[in-house]
Amino acid sequence: METTAPTPHADRPRTPAPRGRPSPLSIVLWVLVAVFGAACWTVLALSRGEEVSALWILFAALASYAIAYRFYSRFIANRVLEVDDTRATPAERLEDGVDFEVTDRRVLFGHHFAAIAGAGPLVGPVLAAQMGYLPGTIWIVVGVILAGAVQDMIVLFFSMRRDGKSLGQMVREEIGVVGGTAALIAVFAIMIIILAVLALVVVNALAESPWGVFSIGLTIPIALFMGVYLRFLRPGRVLEVTAIGVVLLLVAIIGGGYVDGTALGDALTLSPETLTLCLVVYGFIASVLPVWTLLTPRDYLSTFMKVGVIALLAVGFVLARPVLQADAVTSFARDGDGPVFAGELFPFVFITIACGALSGFHALIASGTTPKMIAKESQVRMIGYGGMLMESFVAISALIAAVVIDQGMYYAMNSPAGATGGDFASAAEYVTGLGFTITPDELQAAAAAVEEQTLVSRTGGAPTLAFGISQIFEDAFGGGLAAFWYHFAIMFEALFILTAVDAGTRVGRFMLQDTIGNVWKRFGDTSWKPAAWGASAVVVAAWGSMLYIGVTDPLGGINQLFPLFGIANQLLAAIALTLCVTLLVKHGKLRWAWVPGLPLAWDLVVTMTASWQKVFSDNPAIGYFAQADRYREARDAGEVLAPAADAAQMDQVVFNSTLNGVLQATFAVLVIVVVANAALVCVRAARAGGLPTTEVPYTPSHLVAPSDFFATPEEKAAVREWEESRRQDSRHLSGDPR
Amino acid sequence: MTVQQAPGPLRRALAGVRWYLREFTGEARWDDYLAHCAAEGRTPMSRRDFERHRADRREHHQSARCC
Repeated sequence: METTAPTPHADRPRTPAPRGRPSPLSIVLWVLVAVFGAACWTVLALSRGEEVSALWILFAALASYAIAYRFYSRFIANRVLEVDDTRATPAERLEDGVDFEVTDRRVLFGHHFAAIAGAGPLVGPVLAAQMGYLPGTIWIVVGVILAGAVQDMIVLFFSMRRDGKSLGQMVREEIGVVGGTAALIAVFAIMIIILAVLALVVVNALAESPWGVFSIGLTIPIALFMGVYLRFLRPGRVLEVTAIGVVLLLVAIIGGGYVDGTALGDALTLSPETLTLCLVVYGFIASVLPVWTLLTPRDYLSTFMKVGVIALLAVGFVLARPVLQADAVTSFARDGDGPVFAGELFPFVFITIACGALSGFHALIASGTTPKMIAKESQVRMIGYGGMLMESFVAISALIAAVVIDQGMYYAMNSPAGATGGDFASAAEYVTGLGFTITPDELQAAAAAVEEQTLVSRTGGAPTLAFGISQIFEDAFGGGLAAFWYHFAIMFEALFILTAVDAGTRVGRFMLQDTIGNVWKRFGDTSWKPAAWGASAVVVAAWGSMLYIGVTDPLGGINQLFPLFGIANQLLAAIALTLCVTLLVKHGKLRWAWVPGLPLAWDLVVTMTASWQKVFSDNPAIGYFAQADRYREARDAGEVLAPAADAAQMDQVVFNSTLNGVLQATFAVLVIVVVANAALVCVRAARAGGLPTTEVPYTPSHLVAPSDFFATPEEKAAVREWEESRRQDSRHLSGDPR
Repeated sequence: MTVQQAPGPLRRALAGVRWYLREFTGEARWDDYLAHCAAEGRTPMSRRDFERHRADRREHHQSARCC
């Protein structure tokens, strides 16, 4: 293993100092942005009991992002990480056209964003809206600026300096074998939970919805057609086939509207249990088929759909100018007795929002493909930090969609069926009991407007978001298309989740094969069919059984599993941030360790408090074991506690709660192991003033490329000059220099 | 790509979007390959073989998608 000394070489050429003093124009501009942002935040903070436009949230977020990007991310790049554009990146040194490849920064930004953005930031904020609009907005914006984007950028940087090593590898090599093993188990287990919860969101969105099932079902033949088109008919014409695919997708959505009420519609009205089975079978087949059949074509569709919908939604907000319906902070935030998920604002709002503010999963992407394609070190700022800001913007959009709908409607949709009773009258009564007003007729009318049988207890966030989106688009563009927009939004969320499910199953399969391959060599061969199929089956069975448990949980799967998902994701972030802190200390940069250290401390306080409460709380609504005890005692006394309907369901609650509690405790312990191991390394490194790391030694770069989204005139001139000199070189040399 | 005679801002923007989409989806890789072959004086393989080669490579390189 090659190692380098932690102290920078004095004779090494340094990154040219950033251009001198800022111009007066730039100063005026940034002062204006700051004043504008502060004004938006003030309005949000001070308005109570009056009509507040949702645009204040949008602009407060955008202004904050701009300032954070301009100042904080630049500070991290120049002072903390000391990015060095005279140093060759792995893409330049190891370019092989397969793994390592110098990629245009804007194209790589798109790829990185497509890889990190999924259904998470769309779902979490919708559920967190239970606490009111203010806590969610503040955490999404502050969290991304100080935690999420910082994590993504620093992990990307350190992985880039190590030829694109994965998070697990870096933890093992830089922290220790114990920490590395704990991290590997944690990553695998967390991925299973994530897949199960995402699949649960799809099941809840599609259950008893023939329109939804019809249009999502058609995405499979559409993707297959696109795959065949690209492989046999017109190879390589991706844009052309994607355009065809999008048109077919829209036809499928429109067609779904005619299915309801026909025999086909009845056949497609599926129960959650049937849908679970379909998803499991689908997940297995999709993960063993070649990627060109389903995965690649659908990835094109879902990426374009996502960008399109988010852009459309931003336009929709500006045109419709919706008014916030939720309270700034609800009573559920203080009392912790909300129906969507249990627990008080601290720590549960931070757990629930997860992906839009800080997502541990991003560390897996930032340490995988992206670092192998970066042209210049300074580009980690726009790709790592900038990409995560964009993800946060998606989360803000989802939050707005959830807080501008009628709040009686919000609670009717998001409370578990055990609470609402499932029909219009009982749901209206339940919601009125919570302190909101909605009538059975209004619930029926809302369902009819989007042509669904019911919207009561459609938990999981996706239907609520779709309802919000349909309302905003209807206000913005008119045309009486609420039902179309609703199913359009459902389709767009389900597309991502299905892509995540098969990509995730594949990643899990590779991880499993890799791990088992250490003891049984042949099993590690990814092209050996029995191993590939066997590993896929194990992964699918793991998330499939969690999904089934969630679907049939009498207490509501989302209510029970979402906290587990959120905590798992945040714990993964804790592992990633721990690695960042450790590496800074090992590189002799103890003075900057607070940059990832601050979010790490916060994340540990949040996740450990939440884990503690989920494991040890004696409130059965929060603590998994307290819940199991309560139902066990009642069952042994021969009683049946609502919402369980019979003794079998009582058993089920006892089993599920115990399982969730054990998983929760295991995750927390794994993370404590990693952190403890890292703490030892940090103390040693701090005493020694730094320790050797696996950073690849300095090699001078011969490449010229701009660092930010927009190239400065100086950068453009430098690129032109460099290209000109290369052309002259290639005239001298015959053929390719490589 | 050659720059056309005095393109208007709209045209330039459209060309930019087209460039981006082709790069993003990997369609432009074929052009790069052709240019590469021309520079080396090699005969390029057919587009079908080229794309199949790329697809097969993708098979064993996981593309992670996040939550």
